[in-house]
Amino acid sequence: MNKTVNQKAWFLILPVLFLVAFSAVIPLMTVVNYSVQDTFGNNKFFWAGLEWFKEMLESERMWNALGRQITFSAIILAIEIPLGIFVALNMPKKGFWASVCLVLMSLPLLIPWNVVGTIWQIFGRVDIGLLGYTLAALGIDYNYTQDFYAAWITVIVMDVWHWTSLVALLAYAGLQSIPDAYYQAAKIDQASRWKVFRFIELPKIMGVLMIAILLRFMDSFMIYTEPFVVTGGGPGNSTTFLSIDLVKMALGQFDLGPAAAFSIMYYLVILLVSYVFYTVMTNLDKREGN
Amino acid sequence: MSELTQSTTRGLPKVNGSAVVMGLYLLFLLLPIYWLVMMSLKTNSEILNSFTLWPRDLTFDNYLTILTDASWYTGYLNSMAYVVMNMVISLLVALPAAYAFSRYSFMGDKHLFFWLLTNRMAPPAVFALPFFQLYSSVGLFDTHIAVALAHCLFNVPLAVWILEGFMRGVPKEIDETAYIDGYSFPRFFIGIFTPLVASGIGVTAFFLFMFSWVELLLSRTLTSVNAKPIAATMTRTVGAAGIDWGVLAAAGVLTIVPGALVIYFVRNYIAKGFALGRV
Repeated sequence: MNKTVNQKAWFLILPVLFLVAFSAVIPLMTVVNYSVQDTFGNNKFFWAGLEWFKEMLESERMWNALGRQITFSAIILAIEIPLGIFVALNMPKKGFWASVCLVLMSLPLLIPWNVVGTIWQIFGRVDIGLLGYTLAALGIDYNYTQDFYAAWITVIVMDVWHWTSLVALLAYAGLQSIPDAYYQAAKIDQASRWKVFRFIELPKIMGVLMIAILLRFMDSFMIYTEPFVVTGGGPGNSTTFLSIDLVKMALGQFDLGPAAAFSIMYYLVILLVSYVFYTVMTNLDKREGN
Repeated sequence: MSELTQSTTRGLPKVNGSAVVMGLYLLFLLLPIYWLVMMSLKTNSEILNSFTLWPRDLTFDNYLTILTDASWYTGYLNSMAYVVMNMVISLLVALPAAYAFSRYSFMGDKHLFFWLLTNRMAPPAVFALPFFQLYSSVGLFDTHIAVALAHCLFNVPLAVWILEGFMRGVPKEIDETAYIDGYSFPRFFIGIFTPLVASGIGVTAFFLFMFSWVELLLSRTLTSVNAKPIAATMTRTVGAAGIDWGVLAAAGVLTIVPGALVIYFVRNYIAKGFALGRV
């Protein structure tokens, strides 16, 4: 849609600006403030320049957490996006069963994140959990608090359980908007199932899929509560993702300077990647509009 | 026309395949929840001493413990209070902003829009400590409004984003006709435009509810007693005598209920809603 140029529209934005300034800019400035200062207690601060940034860039701890974080986000995106599309393709198009699927699939999305953690913590326990007990009965050695692989698999399966529905529902909404005529044309051309997907369905759901990838990337990159409840970041540090490490540093050890420097770099990484996604998304939107 | 798309010979096996896929997927989704519900209906001795697929010794004591103890159920009321406050605040500020973004171009509009979105990307872990200090210094620590305002960090950008998508779908001619008819902006906006995007507002409210209800890191950091959310109250089940599994499970089930109710009410809009007005 072509828009009218109107500078007075700024007035409509003002409430948002004030609110976001209060709830985002002020706290962010606090973080910036801490990141360039040092303290010996008693609320006395000294200028430290870029010391903390240098220290964090040289610290193995941050790079390890970043590595784990990227691995985690990559794995869950690689599972959830294809699986979500696959589920969406198999959902009933309309009627009673479509409603049932929609309602049941939305359920995990509205469970508080620590309860998601609790559910899987219980589910995976060898003594009282259905999954853990079954695996133990089958003779599989599974203990997510001690074993590196078991912990990772539990955290990943939990995230797939939690969020695949979001991808599926977005893809489903995109599929619903494809007119019947497209499928009829494909039928006349005797297109194979794969070709229908590749040349009709996939391009049509690309827009909403980008939203799904953007949301899933952002949220998986800031994941905190669920793995914290299940594994507490362990065994050792093996599931300590960036947010868990940051909270440990800022609220646990009260290392304000390093934590603030860490925060800023963490935020910048998310911003950078999201900017790429966002640019791709708006370009897709534009192409669709023409 | 529809006979063309539904040839029964080729359609039938495919429908079965889909049903199997959906059945398996829903089973995967529901098993952990089933287990939680079953556990909440068992006694602790049954949970710990025997492995049963459904309660042999059905009990509602776990729920009674929660619903009769004020320190438990106020957790639910606290969560509800800040979620509703957050929804109202977010919608009130996001509606005019989304209208401006969807209708007008002005200096810096694209940058502003992306900057708003960046706040949705901000990890709550980054903001936990500064929020704690900010709200403590203005005397709002441990109040519902503090949590509601903190959640605006990610909910306001989201609301603007979703509403903008829905408003773009409303033809601009409606605005122009209304202005020619002599409507002032506030009268037009409240009387004509807002009802037109009612479904968009509903979808937005659903998402605001969702993200505010499930968040714990900020709401736990900003509260101690008076506004403590239910999710944080759940840690109480860990006592000296070990974890009270039955009560923990019951509390978990009760946190799922409000979400399930909300889903039930919006079930007809879910599919479209999840596309954020962009299909």
